[in-house]
Amino acid sequence: MLDIYGEQILELSRHPRHRGAIRKPSAASKDSNPLCGDEIEFQLLIGEDGKITDAKFSGQGCAISMASADLIANELIDKKLSSVKGFDKAAVFSLLGMHPGPSRVKCALLPLKVVKMAAYSKLGAQLTEKEAAME
Amino acid sequence: MFDATKIRGDFPILSRKVNGKRLVYLDNASTTQKPIQVINAISDYYSNSNANVHRGIHALSMEASGKFEESRRKTAAFIGASGASEIVFTKNATESLNLVANSLGSALGKGGVVVLSEMEHHSNIVPWQLVCREKKAELRFIPVKRDGTLDLAELDSLLEGAKIVSFAHVSNALGTINDVKKITNSAHKAGALVCIDGAQSVPHLPVGIAQLGSPDFMAFSAHKMLGPTGVGVLYGRKELLESMPPFLGGGDMIREVKLQSSMWNEVPHKFEAGTPDIAGVIAFGAALDYLKKLGMGRIRLHEGKLLKIALQLMGEIPGVSLYGPRSLELRGGVVSFNVEGIHPHDAASVLDSQGVAVRAGHHCAMPLMRKLGLGSTVRASFYAYNAPEEVEVLANAVKKAKAIFS
Repeated sequence: MLDIYGEQILELSRHPRHRGAIRKPSAASKDSNPLCGDEIEFQLLIGEDGKITDAKFSGQGCAISMASADLIANELIDKKLSSVKGFDKAAVFSLLGMHPGPSRVKCALLPLKVVKMAAYSKLGAQLTEKEAAME
Repeated sequence: MFDATKIRGDFPILSRKVNGKRLVYLDNASTTQKPIQVINAISDYYSNSNANVHRGIHALSMEASGKFEESRRKTAAFIGASGASEIVFTKNATESLNLVANSLGSALGKGGVVVLSEMEHHSNIVPWQLVCREKKAELRFIPVKRDGTLDLAELDSLLEGAKIVSFAHVSNALGTINDVKKITNSAHKAGALVCIDGAQSVPHLPVGIAQLGSPDFMAFSAHKMLGPTGVGVLYGRKELLESMPPFLGGGDMIREVKLQSSMWNEVPHKFEAGTPDIAGVIAFGAALDYLKKLGMGRIRLHEGKLLKIALQLMGEIPGVSLYGPRSLELRGGVVSFNVEGIHPHDAASVLDSQGVAVRAGHHCAMPLMRKLGLGSTVRASFYAYNAPEEVEVLANAVKKAKAIFS
């Protein structure tokens, strides 16, 4: 159970690399986890070549959600905006290096939902039911 | 004083392990565990007496109806109601509060005033928001002070013109015990009816309607007091229940149905449409017997003892913030806290890994949390079967969380 608090998660939650705000974001989105009320905002800066040149998050959350947000931001920088569509929960768990277990899975997937909301607003896409439900 | 370790034997679930550790169940404000007497009552009903109530003239139906009504009499006696007809069975305290809000709310006119408190559970806010929006009535709130008690300084002016006042006896998030008698007396003087959310008080303190200044309604849940889920109670003063319109329509709540109109059954049946949770109500009777045997005064003393140990042990841990009144007199067996630098969900996950079950979150009291400037907290809540050693396990688990996140 305590396996979810590995060194990487604890370190990222203490010292996130991509926490903050982008001065003029190309896309932004915000949502909260209805279970705990935690809120996360994601901002994306998108270059003319359709690549994500910067990604930042802000908000309050547990170690799992904060580490997940930081890893997602880190992963998406320099990737094509359109690649966010194929970026799924398995990729998030892989970045986290673990499956957070049923009681904490939404903590890990809220940042994914929010970053998808921001990206999809530019791509003209809709969240799937599972993406919206963080399942 | 009873010995918590002795009664634990009656609760099968308490001997199981969680994550390889002995279960330390401290989420009693959410729901309590069930003694074997309650579990057996459910099994016995389905094995021996199952039939619908108030319908058949066959032996089983008579037997089931008899046991069902016996639970109603026990419930009335438990809270000192004048009679069994003042007890309505619902599916939970939330439904009981919705019943009052809808039925009583139907008489609210434009500009009518409903007064709640800022420390309410969402179940005592949202139903009133719905009815007030529909009736264009006004919602007012008794403010909460920083220490988690209600600010009654402006009570009389808040109550001016109020038709209904509805508030919690004990806060589910902080454990604050409110002065029901004082507020009820003031509300009655102002001409308002009073509804008490007793979900966190009836299970934990001796509660008598008269001793509380005779509020007009009181809602509580069986599952928070050793009974099964699926059963709620609404106490209502008989004359009021008689004069109020029904909430849900259907079988059992009518005397006569014609195509265009119906005559209502007498109270409390007027408010009990459809087949109720018969097994649940009968098993709730077994829970009441069990609590009566323990003694509510003794349960209160026992929880006070646990609370005192908890506040002391937790208060000694650097970085732990405790919320709610510090006076043991003003507080039920609830410890709401945060650990510096650790999100409540992370703290609860570490506690869970040590077998300690607590709640983490906003406790369905978001307005209260916002008022206190908190996103969420960790909440440990006690009951009769919790032993002092379990409070030590809690404190040690909190220290473990600190070590992991330091």
